[in-house]
Amino acid sequence: MARTPAELVGAQPGPPFEITMDGRTVTALPGQSVAAALWGAGIVAWRTTRVGGRPRGAFCGIGQCYDCLATINGEPNQRACLVPARPGDAVTTQEGHGRAALGV
Amino acid sequence: MPLSASEAYEPHEPHASHEPHAPHASKEPGEPYDLAVIGAGSAGLAGAVTASELGLTVALLDASAHVGGQFYRTPEPALGAARPEALHHDWAAFADLRRRRQATGGITHLAGHHVWTVARQSDELWAVHAVTGADGAGERPVRVQARAILVATGAYERQLPFPGWTLPGVVGAGGAQAMLKSGLVLPGRRIVVAGSGPLLLAVASSLAAAGAHVPAVVEATGYLRYARHHRALAANPHKLLEAVVHGSALLRHRVRLRTRSAVTEVHGRERVEAVTVSRLDGDWRPVPGTGRRIACDALAVGHGLAPQIDLAVGLGCATRPTADGTSALVLDGHQETSVPGVWAAGETGGVGGAQLARAEGELAAYAVAARLGVRAPRTESAHVARLRRRRDRMRSFADAMARAHAPGPGWPEWLAEDTDVCRCEEVTAGAIREAVADLGARDARTVKLLTRAGMGWCQGRMCGAAVACLAAGANGAAGAAGVAGAAGADGAVAPPGERRPLAVPVALGALAALEPGEPPEPPTSPESNDSPRSPESPKSPKSPVEPDR
Ligand SMILES: Cc1cc2nc3c(=O)[nH]c(=O)nc-3n(C[C@H](O)[C@H](O)[C@H](O)COP(=O)(O)OP(=O)(O)OC[C@H]3O[C@@H](n4cnc5c(N)ncnc54)[C@H](O)[C@@H]3O)c2cc1C
Ligand code: FES
Repeated sequence: MARTPAELVGAQPGPPFEITMDGRTVTALPGQSVAAALWGAGIVAWRTTRVGGRPRGAFCGIGQCYDCLATINGEPNQRACLVPARPGDAVTTQEGHGRAALGV
Repeated sequence: MPLSASEAYEPHEPHASHEPHAPHASKEPGEPYDLAVIGAGSAGLAGAVTASELGLTVALLDASAHVGGQFYRTPEPALGAARPEALHHDWAAFADLRRRRQATGGITHLAGHHVWTVARQSDELWAVHAVTGADGAGERPVRVQARAILVATGAYERQLPFPGWTLPGVVGAGGAQAMLKSGLVLPGRRIVVAGSGPLLLAVASSLAAAGAHVPAVVEATGYLRYARHHRALAANPHKLLEAVVHGSALLRHRVRLRTRSAVTEVHGRERVEAVTVSRLDGDWRPVPGTGRRIACDALAVGHGLAPQIDLAVGLGCATRPTADGTSALVLDGHQETSVPGVWAAGETGGVGGAQLARAEGELAAYAVAARLGVRAPRTESAHVARLRRRRDRMRSFADAMARAHAPGPGWPEWLAEDTDVCRCEEVTAGAIREAVADLGARDARTVKLLTRAGMGWCQGRMCGAAVACLAAGANGAAGAAGVAGAAGADGAVAPPGERRPLAVPVALGALAALEPGEPPEPPTSPESNDSPRSPESPKSPKSPVEPDR
């Protein structure tokens, strides 16, 4: 019986690369979305809500719920389940509407 | 008939994967396509392939980078999956569609195109507007013109809230399936699968096959309810077969199926640590004292699917309530909507699965071809008759299934006062009940105005069903009116949540590029590649040379 999704489909991905989540190194596989790379590292939250400051991550997985909004390379409000991970991406926890750093 | 406005613009096709046009289906630049298909899932792909085989020029638009839709979602090519079929049954049908697509060669596939609206330009000409890029952030407005439209936008997962459902680690069941199929990842190691509907079994099977431990599948309805509709079951042997396949896979992975039960609470501080599963009565009311805790680090949950019909609703297409309380498009026997020139196939006409979607896509293509004056070879007529019989059989089965899984009126009793119903705006059940009880809100729209529930980014896709229920519950109609009772006693239908002005969020820049009342201008540099990371603002449009009429 297959132990991992990759074994199940006989995946032979290209060489893995690194991205960071709040400075922590996360290994991503080519072709994975940012959300998939984070799930792969056991991370399921990368945003806090505007009102309650509660943690959130991917929910619908297909671009419809907007719970997975992340700040990627300084750019807030990106749907991590849709955006492909790229080598060196710096993902940071998005707080509230994600514009704090911009002072708006 | 002259093509009026179409000559004024160059329909834009820069992002098409390169496919040579078949000689019988080539299109002059600037000329509209015969058919624009929105959605490249089972329905849209079958429709596009068949239409192209019949000699029509076809544009196939999809938000995603690949064809296949929800069911045939495949690992990203860079993941190098040697056996993508391990995550699917009925792979052969998809392989066949892909082969036929290559063979006809006449389809312009516009991947990564998020369609946000469709507009009628004249009696015989439609304009499909899209933004591009993985996250739709390419912001480049694109317009595709066509003589006919096939809406094949599929469905989204319906959710009903419960205490703790916003905790990280709680994910949509279809979402978990989608992330597994495309990214080869799991949300946890011990995953409870819960909610209602046949999709749960498929999801549990794939999660278990991919190495997750699935301690339980928690289904709110009793599968015995299927027996009441056994005539439809008997007429759809493949559905039985599927159930057996899932059943045996679950058995092999020692997954326990708990029917007439629901997750009534999620435990954990920063992420899921356990869930409480309670027995339900026939109305989906939790039976006090039956709660049992199951340790897990993720929960995959969903309550069936709801047709994704905002584009069609925006065009004025009529809708009908489905047996499980969602809205679907009204279609005639040829898959045409109530708006002439707009056809629909697949989940948009009512949720029914990939095989039905395929049959409907094909039927729609034949109907479009006939309307545009293309005669199908006579030899095809028996095939079409067979397809129609198959479609009708599968539709009636889907209706029976929907009836069996319709949410019971007692589900709102799961909610605690402080349960967030609207995830985006963090509006609690208590706030919604207050709006209903004290402020007199009687429908989802009023609740939304009073509480902001449904006003967030997702435009009510996640909370719409629940809010409608809670609003209708005040009428004494026992909560279900919004969900099960779209066909409620007095026939009153909650206003469909599908009335969204834009089907996908559009960056202000893209909207600003629109002259009032004008379609966006196609971009000037077809070869430039959009990056989801660099939301450059759209090129300001050249002044359109609209002929004076
Ligand atoms: C998250 C999810 C997971 C599912 N998983 C399974 C499963 O594992 N097994 C199963 O049997 N069934 C599954 N289903 C059910 C599935 O919907 C049907 O079996 C089948 O895919 C229906 O085919 P379709 O062509 O009607 O829709 P879909 O396959 O959903 O195709 C619709 C397509 O339209 C595109 N689209 C939608 N809106 C737009 C827009 N505005 N602009 C551009 N493109 C757009 C989407 O990207 C999608 O590719 C799932 C459904 C969902 C929502
Ligand atoms: S997980 Fe829902 S939009 Fe990304």
